[in-house]
Amino acid sequence: MFKKLITVSAGVVLASGLAACGGSSDGGSGGSGGSGDITMGFAQVGAESGWRTANTKSIQASAKDAGIKLKFSDAQQKQENQIKAIRSYIQQKVDVIAFSPVVETGWDTVLQEAKRAKIPVILTDRAVDSSDKSLYKTFLGSDFVLEGNKAGQWVVDNADANDVNKDGKINVVEIQGTTGAAPAIDRKKGFEDKISADPKIKVVASQTGDFTRDGGKKVMEAFLKSQKDIDVVFAHNDDEGLGAIEAIEAAGKKPGVDIKIVTIDAVKDGMTALSEGKINYIVECNPLLGPQLMDLAKQVVAGEDVPARVETKEGEFDQEQAKAALPNRQY
Amino acid sequence: MRSFTKSNLFWPVLGLVLLLLLNLTKTPDFFSIRVQDGHLYGSLIDILRNSAPTLLIALGMTLVIATRGIDLSVGAVAAISGAVACTYMAGSPDESTAGRAIVAMTMAVAVAVLLGVWNGFLVSVLGIQPIIATLVLMTAGRGLAMLITDGQITTVNNSLFSKVSTGFVLGLPIAILIALAVFAITAVLTRRTALGMLIEAVGINPEASRLAGVRARTITWIVYVFVAFCAGIAGLMIASNTNAADANAAGLFIELDAILAVVIGGTSLAGGRFSLTGTLIGAMFIQTLATTIPTMGIPAETNYLFKAVVVIVVCLLQSPKARAVLAVRRPTPLLTKGSAA
Repeated sequence: MFKKLITVSAGVVLASGLAACGGSSDGGSGGSGGSGDITMGFAQVGAESGWRTANTKSIQASAKDAGIKLKFSDAQQKQENQIKAIRSYIQQKVDVIAFSPVVETGWDTVLQEAKRAKIPVILTDRAVDSSDKSLYKTFLGSDFVLEGNKAGQWVVDNADANDVNKDGKINVVEIQGTTGAAPAIDRKKGFEDKISADPKIKVVASQTGDFTRDGGKKVMEAFLKSQKDIDVVFAHNDDEGLGAIEAIEAAGKKPGVDIKIVTIDAVKDGMTALSEGKINYIVECNPLLGPQLMDLAKQVVAGEDVPARVETKEGEFDQEQAKAALPNRQY
Repeated sequence: MRSFTKSNLFWPVLGLVLLLLLNLTKTPDFFSIRVQDGHLYGSLIDILRNSAPTLLIALGMTLVIATRGIDLSVGAVAAISGAVACTYMAGSPDESTAGRAIVAMTMAVAVAVLLGVWNGFLVSVLGIQPIIATLVLMTAGRGLAMLITDGQITTVNNSLFSKVSTGFVLGLPIAILIALAVFAITAVLTRRTALGMLIEAVGINPEASRLAGVRARTITWIVYVFVAFCAGIAGLMIASNTNAADANAAGLFIELDAILAVVIGGTSLAGGRFSLTGTLIGAMFIQTLATTIPTMGIPAETNYLFKAVVVIVVCLLQSPKARAVLAVRRPTPLLTKGSAA
């Protein structure tokens, strides 16, 4: 164990040494010196899902279109990597820093450094938990509570159709995202807020599926045996919903018909299942925020005021809309 | 009966039975099994089916641990195996043919075996400590899997591949049949030949066994190849379960589940004696625990705590010292007044 620690810390020291070298050698030429083209440093979370890959591609493509010089780094789901990347962007004197914080806390120090260096910071996709709102200019991203709201509203609006067995009660089972992750907490809350309007609708079971297909399948398998008369499945992302579909099919029921399914994300595999009628409704969580980010970056660098919270443009899909949208789906 | 309560397997079996009964209190028809689409269907069948990957890896891990080693890379190897199979199938026009699936699965297991050869080389030839040697692949392997899948979840559509995890033969899940077949072969090879004894000898004292003429290096190497082979098949099952290779999540922390299954089964981490039947029960126990959480409706926020408490209770039950302290009402002749209190 001790040796493991030594190895790991040696790796960290080595990596930070490399980062520092990269920073200093780049420092002279990296800055754009104010006027002319904008340089943006972007610290991405990682490449953990199709959603994230689409997010990365959108940012890279729209930076090119907007004529913004992009310095991109992939933190592989580690906060220390992101902090290192942000520090190196500060040293390189980029004009604006944007990043998707991997976790909510622990950013104050590095954001203070950016503030002292007078480099504006834009958060994308995920928020940070800090009392000092002056540390960043704006937060561009999805409103997870709103996404939960939309899913809940759909269940309420279609209460008659969703009461599959016509017993006057709508039993919902919820497959949550990773416990403690902001999207899981907010989507759960948003959903519950809306369905509380209708006393017929009740969440009878709720468990985490870790945002994965395998997790969604295993949780649904157990729900199918322990819960009577499940009418609706609410999965916090498409992958969990796709896992639930397989469990429902193995139980000899038809997903989308015998049990209604509503999910969040709208990635390609999810949209395909929606167009095939296996999912009933998907609330979009749009990863293509590149164009909006570049507009914001230009405004921020030009010193214009921007709202503290900018929401990405997102929609919802039912089965018919999915059929229409599917051919153009990029992710 | 008395000899059974004295046996090492008594406590894990008791734990498993109690856990199953706990489910019965919440879900009265937990034990009910019906026929659905020509195969058996029920919670117990789910437990059997889902325990297959853990059981397979735990079998290999038992032998590794018996040689005083450990393999932390099995989760990553499983992820690579799934990634290789799915990427190979998804990238071809005849994606859904049986032949394609067989080639893909053979390739995946071959890659896994190669990775096992690498681990075994590091441990047995270079003499690197097993925890460090396999840590390399544990960290790098997942990255490798992501490289193969290009960071995407690769979805495949192949009925033969899908059957590895979701298919049934004679009403029973194919996955558990594969795992039990490997179990049977391993049991015969280690208990009906001298191999088991040689493995134990290496685990108890590698140097002494070498001096006594046991090929300690070869045996150590073989067990790492074997555990990687098991992990490769387990990776196919995991990928087949959802018809997709998820390089990030496939087999995540399965090494810890496998080690836990081995330990619950009564094999000591210090090497030496091992129990394959114990590992089988340990793997069933872990999967039952995983199924219990959503069945009982344990809130997501507390499910790790629940797992931890159950595992601690089982470990305490297994420890003779802890039992002696707890069992005040069953004094044995050896127990003095002081230690009973």
